[in-house]
Amino acid sequence: MHRGNTRLLLLALPAVVVFAAFWLLPMARLVQVGASGPRGIAAYAAVVTDSNYFASLVATVAVSFAVTVATLVVSAIAGLFLQRNAFPGRGVLVAMLTFPLAFPGVVVGFMVIMLAGRQGLIGNVTDALFGYPVVFAYSMAGLFVGYLYFSIPRVILTVMAAVGKLDPALEEAARSLGATPWQVVRDVVIPGLRPALIASGAICFATSMGAFGTAFTLATNINVLPITIYTEFTNYANFSLAAALSLVLGLITWAALAFARSLAGSTVAAAA
Amino acid sequence: MTNLASGVRLDACGKTFDDGTQALEPIDLEIAAGETVVLLGPSGCGKTTTLRIIAGLEQPDAGGRVWFGAEDVTALPIERRNVGMVFQSYALFPNMSVAGNIGYGLKVRRVEAAARSREVLRLLDMMHLSGMGERRVDQLSGGQRQRVALARALAVRPRVLLLDEPLTALDAKLRESLRIDIDRLLRTLGMTAVYVTHDQAEAMALGDRIAVMSHGRIAQIGTPQDIYYRPATEFVADFIGTMNRLPGQCHDGVLRVAGGSLPLPADGHGADHAMFRPQDGQIVAPGQGDLAGRIAAVFFLGNATRIIVELDDVQSVVVETGERRAFREGDRVGVRVDPGGIMTLRR
Ligand SMILES: Nc1ncnc2c1ncn2[C@@H]1O[C@H](COP(=O)(O)OP(=O)(O)OP(=O)(O)O)[C@@H](O)[C@H]1O
Ligand SMILES: [Mg+2]
Repeated sequence: MHRGNTRLLLLALPAVVVFAAFWLLPMARLVQVGASGPRGIAAYAAVVTDSNYFASLVATVAVSFAVTVATLVVSAIAGLFLQRNAFPGRGVLVAMLTFPLAFPGVVVGFMVIMLAGRQGLIGNVTDALFGYPVVFAYSMAGLFVGYLYFSIPRVILTVMAAVGKLDPALEEAARSLGATPWQVVRDVVIPGLRPALIASGAICFATSMGAFGTAFTLATNINVLPITIYTEFTNYANFSLAAALSLVLGLITWAALAFARSLAGSTVAAAA
Repeated sequence: MTNLASGVRLDACGKTFDDGTQALEPIDLEIAAGETVVLLGPSGCGKTTTLRIIAGLEQPDAGGRVWFGAEDVTALPIERRNVGMVFQSYALFPNMSVAGNIGYGLKVRRVEAAARSREVLRLLDMMHLSGMGERRVDQLSGGQRQRVALARALAVRPRVLLLDEPLTALDAKLRESLRIDIDRLLRTLGMTAVYVTHDQAEAMALGDRIAVMSHGRIAQIGTPQDIYYRPATEFVADFIGTMNRLPGQCHDGVLRVAGGSLPLPADGHGADHAMFRPQDGQIVAPGQGDLAGRIAAVFFLGNATRIIVELDDVQSVVVETGERRAFREGDRVGVRVDPGGIMTLRR
């Protein structure tokens, strides 16, 4: 028993070292740096009390939340359709869906500019139609489109896998009892997909909260937390505030993921 | 419960799947209102496909028609056919309580909450599930789950109840007791029911009539006694129970076979074979009975003893007896066959 424990400890040692070196120490340092500025510990409070930082925080949460909801709606419908219907070209389409997964944020931002920038497709078309170009690439709307583009494929793939695992007998039972197709979706399909939707929604939210490349490519003054942190850090050398903001960003994202896990956990228990 | 059960008729319902598999040749099947018909056959013979055509989950090939009573329901989707379905996998909704499952059909029919819960309580009681309404379905045993599934199907007062191997996932003891419950239920409610199984004992016990299926065709349909004592084809004879079959030559209504001779029934004169069930044979002293042979093997089954008697190098017969005698391998014996149990295939 005792020897077994020692051996276990030895086996776990590399993991402990890695955890300490790459998580514990930097985090402790971050906490310390955050509190080392002229404001001291109050730097953390600045995130809420300083209207600039607070606006940035709210905007980041809002755009991430909006992206998550929109992604889930679009991907759930598309994933259901793709998994349930056979049509020519389906395989190619699904394969193409995985393509954007490899793009860094810069490329996604570049694509948004090509779509909705000053020389973009939407601008050209609206200019020809109404006499003035619609341009929204360099704003929150552009960021929203970019994150959507980048989130939808991974959520669709998760949904497709989950749809494939649904027991068709459940839907057949509901239909035999008189349920219309909409009622089947509401009462059987969505509850069945709930764990997958929650899990992939949480990842989508976390990714949007922390994404930097897309926002940075679109405009250097988009007011989201990763950009604010970058500006504080490089432009103003305000290390302590950058560290404090980083920790708050991390905490909020972590809390959202933990909340999603608890939700998913309770549904998994109900479905077991 | 008002009886809304209607008869079912399939006219030339075949089924060829998109991938070209012909699961069913065009079959005709008529089920009277209140009757239980069992579809019995080996795996892949088309039982589930037939059931799904009745349910409306599959469309028959062009030319096939499905009738509920005098109504042609071929074009109706399942949700408008008012059928009850019970699956081998239970297919209970995991996100709903037991009561939520049973009341689901009433809920989508917009039955108001008070009437719904009254009906749910009545069904819980009928299925011996009183007090379990608030449980989650994963807190039930397999037998209880299948009772919930039955209650859920019955709640909507279906015109036909369709059961696809509902007992296959349960252990033998539970299977027996639930089978008795289902039988009682179908009879007291006067349900029209189609019951799929590959278990002959279940089929015999439950069916008013049994349709034995093979390779997408109905090989024979009839009462359990018909199927058991008057099999129409070699397949049916071999599939149901154990059947002894001896080839021979017929002389004046008597078939000469290995080890002796057997009197043929009046409708079997001229046949080149005779068949009998193991329990219609009896072990007697050597030199007596219809056949002579040697005991090759003895199996004590508990409720009976199964004895294999070799007649010659090729032919042997199986005899089953409830006698509490000791049978010894290698003994020379005679076999007497009950003349009423001797049959031939119709030709
Ligand atoms: N959706 C489908 N597509 C193609 N072939 C199918 C489909 N469903 C069933 N089949 C085929 O049709 C035949 C009959 O299937 P069916 O499910 O009716 O058999 P069954 O008698 O219910 O068998 P089991 O006892 O194994 O349930 C089988 O050969 C099966 O492989
Ligand atoms: Mg089947």
